[in-house]
Amino acid sequence: MTTMVEAPAPAPDRRGGPARRRRSRLLWRNTVAGWSFILPNFIGFAVLTMVPVGVLFYIAFTKWNVFRRTATWTGAKNFIQMWNDSLFWTSMWNTVYYTIFHIPMTMVAALGLALLLNSKLRGVAFFRTAAFFPYITSIVALTYVWNLLFSPEYGPINAFLRLVGIDDPPGWTVSADWSMPAVILVGTWREMGYYMLIYLAGLQTIPSQLYEAAKVDGASAWQRFWHVTIPGLRHTTFLVSVLLTIGSFKVFDLILLLTNGGPGQSTLVVSQYIYRKGFEENEFGYASAISIVLFAVCFLVTIIQYRVNKRGTA
Amino acid sequence: MRPTLKRFLLYGSLLVAAAALLLPFYWMIVSSLKRSNDVFTIPIKWWPDTLVWQNYLDIWQKSDMTTWLRNTLFLSVMVTLLQVLTGSFAAYGFSKVRFPGRDLLFLSYVGTIAVPWQSYMIPQFILMSQFHLTNTLWSIVALQAFGAFGVFLMKQYYESIPEELSEAARIDGLSEYGIWRRIMLPLSLPAVASLSLLTFVNTWNDYLGPLIYLRDPSIRTIQLGLRRFIDAYNAEYALIMTGSVLSVLPIALIFMLGQRYFVEGVATAGLKG
Repeated sequence: MTTMVEAPAPAPDRRGGPARRRRSRLLWRNTVAGWSFILPNFIGFAVLTMVPVGVLFYIAFTKWNVFRRTATWTGAKNFIQMWNDSLFWTSMWNTVYYTIFHIPMTMVAALGLALLLNSKLRGVAFFRTAAFFPYITSIVALTYVWNLLFSPEYGPINAFLRLVGIDDPPGWTVSADWSMPAVILVGTWREMGYYMLIYLAGLQTIPSQLYEAAKVDGASAWQRFWHVTIPGLRHTTFLVSVLLTIGSFKVFDLILLLTNGGPGQSTLVVSQYIYRKGFEENEFGYASAISIVLFAVCFLVTIIQYRVNKRGTA
Repeated sequence: MRPTLKRFLLYGSLLVAAAALLLPFYWMIVSSLKRSNDVFTIPIKWWPDTLVWQNYLDIWQKSDMTTWLRNTLFLSVMVTLLQVLTGSFAAYGFSKVRFPGRDLLFLSYVGTIAVPWQSYMIPQFILMSQFHLTNTLWSIVALQAFGAFGVFLMKQYYESIPEELSEAARIDGLSEYGIWRRIMLPLSLPAVASLSLLTFVNTWNDYLGPLIYLRDPSIRTIQLGLRRFIDAYNAEYALIMTGSVLSVLPIALIFMLGQRYFVEGVATAGLKG
């Protein structure tokens, strides 16, 4: 909005001085050039992202007919159905469960790794590669390997647990109580390297003079961490928490491949429920209504985190 | 004494963390060199008695690995080209050309950051089927090539290039397209490298897009193919591990070669907040 005001609007000057005309010609030329640069990407982006987001808010209020490919307006019916759908609430609760544990665990692990790598040790470069590797490898292969690692009778993880004296190790992905912890564990393992890199970039923006000054003042390592590092990382932490929250709420392929929502419904999450209703049961309207909830949650969380962050810096 | 102890502890924790991060990969590779019956043994065999290379020959016969790799390569290259081209082009428009409405337009990009793809995958699917793109490889190209991420990353980089440079070129009579082509693109090669690598890897690893859009066996990607293979041969642990290794190998190679650009890409994208 503000740019519209800032831009030199062609004033209703009938005499049209030559300088003015030149300026408006420049403006015209810039507008054409600017749009021509942006359009190739924008067309694709608008058609495949912005339009679907808009259409979502229409389809959610309709019943979709798969055969005739038409939508019939049903008002708030989908939302009422959702309110009474216990499976929806299960998926919501499971998503919250995942989020509540996944966020702090990943943050602590990522920050810990970043601090470790920020110290002057040998082999740091190799380690940075190792930490990032899980994030960039195929999730199909990873989840398969983890499923075998978790296998209750013969898997290496339980073999190790028995070795250290736990006689009755958990059933992991085949147990309703332990499947979610297993998913959270793999999720954290996979993503911590990525967030570590963001933290590492953040750590490099803290001026070293601050640490030296704190040292001169006699601050202990712990005090320096608490009073220099943590405040210095405020912006990074904000970014990481936003990314992690959205990432956790939309968690999908990890669960689809690791547990497929089971056993029972113990790891069914919102994204997967949308997928089931939409692509497996062809209930596009109802699935869109659930999508709106996912959309709204992510949107709200971002706004809240943005507000909190702003107040923190003021 | 104390500093040595501290170093010892630091290296110790580094070692433990590295082991936790890499053991699954080690196990994957070692299992791919065993016979299927030997994958689970008690106690665990950390190194097989005889290395079974046969798995790496069998996999090509028992699966459509060649087709999957070809499809995935096509998609990854195509998406990367389009993303880099349209992304850097748009980024130039957003960072170096002034015109009314520009910032509002950019805001519409920023606004979608918080919107997860999972929440609009259904209307997007409906739209794609209106265009008759479903069940073709082009659906994945369309899905991945026009992301906002490339625009952000390139814009970030262009803004670090001094304005005087393009100003001087303008005075010398270079058109905007000429400035992009002859000055900005060559100067932004590190960012182009970061974006290319991240996009390539992302497309290579994508599972959900192909799962929703690609039905025909002949257009399966490596991820989709591997998943179907797991379902079909679920007891052939070693062979599946072989497939897994092969699906990860190209990415591992690319990552080793272009590590620096990965790290820089994530850092730049991260610091924009």
